Amino acid sequence: MPFNRKDLLGLQDLDKKEIQTIIDSVKPFKSLFTRSIKKAPALVGKTVVNLFYEPSTRTRTSFEIAAKRLSADVVNIATATSSIVKGESLIDTGKTLEAMKADIIIIRHSLAGSPEILAKNLNASIINAGDGFHEHPTQGLLDLYTIYEKKKKIEGLKILLVGDILHSRVAKSNIWALTKMGAKLRVAGPPTLIPKNITDLGVEVFYDLDEAIKGVDVVNILRIQMERQQENLFPSVHEYVELYQVTSERLANAKPDVLIMHPGPMNRGIEISSSVADSTSAVINEQVTNGIAVRMAVLYLLAAARTKQGKKHVNTN
Amino acid sequence: MADINKKIILDSKHIQLSITKLAKDILSKNIDISEIAIVGIQTRGVYLAKRLLKELLSIKKIDIEIPFGILDITLYRDDLGEMGADIPTIKDTNIPFDINAKNIILVDDVLYTGRTIRCALDVLKDYGRPKSIQLAVLIDRGYRELPIQANFVGLSYYTKEQVCVELTEVDGQDVAYCCD
Repeated sequence: MPFNRKDLLGLQDLDKKEIQTIIDSVKPFKSLFTRSIKKAPALVGKTVVNLFYEPSTRTRTSFEIAAKRLSADVVNIATATSSIVKGESLIDTGKTLEAMKADIIIIRHSLAGSPEILAKNLNASIINAGDGFHEHPTQGLLDLYTIYEKKKKIEGLKILLVGDILHSRVAKSNIWALTKMGAKLRVAGPPTLIPKNITDLGVEVFYDLDEAIKGVDVVNILRIQMERQQENLFPSVHEYVELYQVTSERLANAKPDVLIMHPGPMNRGIEISSSVADSTSAVINEQVTNGIAVRMAVLYLLAAARTKQGKKHVNTN
Repeated sequence: MADINKKIILDSKHIQLSITKLAKDILSKNIDISEIAIVGIQTRGVYLAKRLLKELLSIKKIDIEIPFGILDITLYRDDLGEMGADIPTIKDTNIPFDINAKNIILVDDVLYTGRTIRCALDVLKDYGRPKSIQLAVLIDRGYRELPIQANFVGLSYYTKEQVCVELTEVDGQDVAYCCD
């Protein structure tokens, strides 16, 4: 299989073939979930570290479950209670974990590029679990897989991302992956929340949600980051709701079989109406389930690629 | 495609005869066909298993549903660190029936070291506790590295040379040959 990487830092770096390889590998991992014993021994003896410098419940839990279902040993480091508060540098923390024989380090950090710094300085495989406004590649992959599972293809689909594109690493990873896979991508949101040169990436920009939503196959709704409200990026939450909340009425103009996605956590009644969140078009919980399978595939592919030391595959029939 | 100079072990006629032999042997050891379930090992074991299933029903001249599953061993291999650049494509495992209280006929094309079968037994163990697991293979090429044996063998052909099996469903023709 064409996947030969030490790290997964972002979807910008991956080519179409590599993305396809990951997507094609997900199903067998998902099949494990239907069994009474949901574990397989693929990563037995490997050590996976979750190094999270930002609060996270769903992504950290998802990675932890993914690694445990592959029988890896998992260590979680919450930075608030670790030596990091004593002033240890990122690289030193990484080297310490490597000295403890960590095979794969999953890092979330508020500064873009942190995973890349670790990747350059360590032999361990690094997975980016979100860095600043930069990328969140496994979320991008799980969104891609969810669309692929439901629509059986990506190419030619009209996909709309709504909301805070500027601060969203989920949006960035989605844009890199979906444009490579041949989707027709649109973004919609207030001008202050859409990066200036985003059209260079091959996406179409809309400031009017009703225009943007016409005829789309998928709407992926991004979380309005309430913590950014002090920055005065939009006049009021009330105005945002009026102009950009995805509602059943607005969705009437999308394709009848439109998929509704949200990376969570949702602000019901702000970026998404409750009726949309609970509608049959919403695949938000399936995204969560798929997230585990996608992360299992990524962990497996990285572990397999990192241990290849020129030994030739022997036939074992 | 098989090279003309390759040593043919089974041609298409003898592959068919072997499947018929396997089916008859299986039926002679499994009186109650309603307890049988068939599981093929990815990739070619799956196609052999499908043919075997058809053969069983046609010999018995009955029309019952024999539970059928497919199994991939990739996630259960113990040589992840030794596979080199050839990371095998992970295929799906789908066993859509309760394996408890079934006599599972596990099907593969070639039996050699026994390691694939060891993995397959581990997979089945995680699905439940069948009444029995019986192994049917088209070719047993000997040279086991584990204490594993087949219950039903199409052809015993002991060789250290690699054996390749091609099946019409995937390769366009039925043939087994030495492919070193």
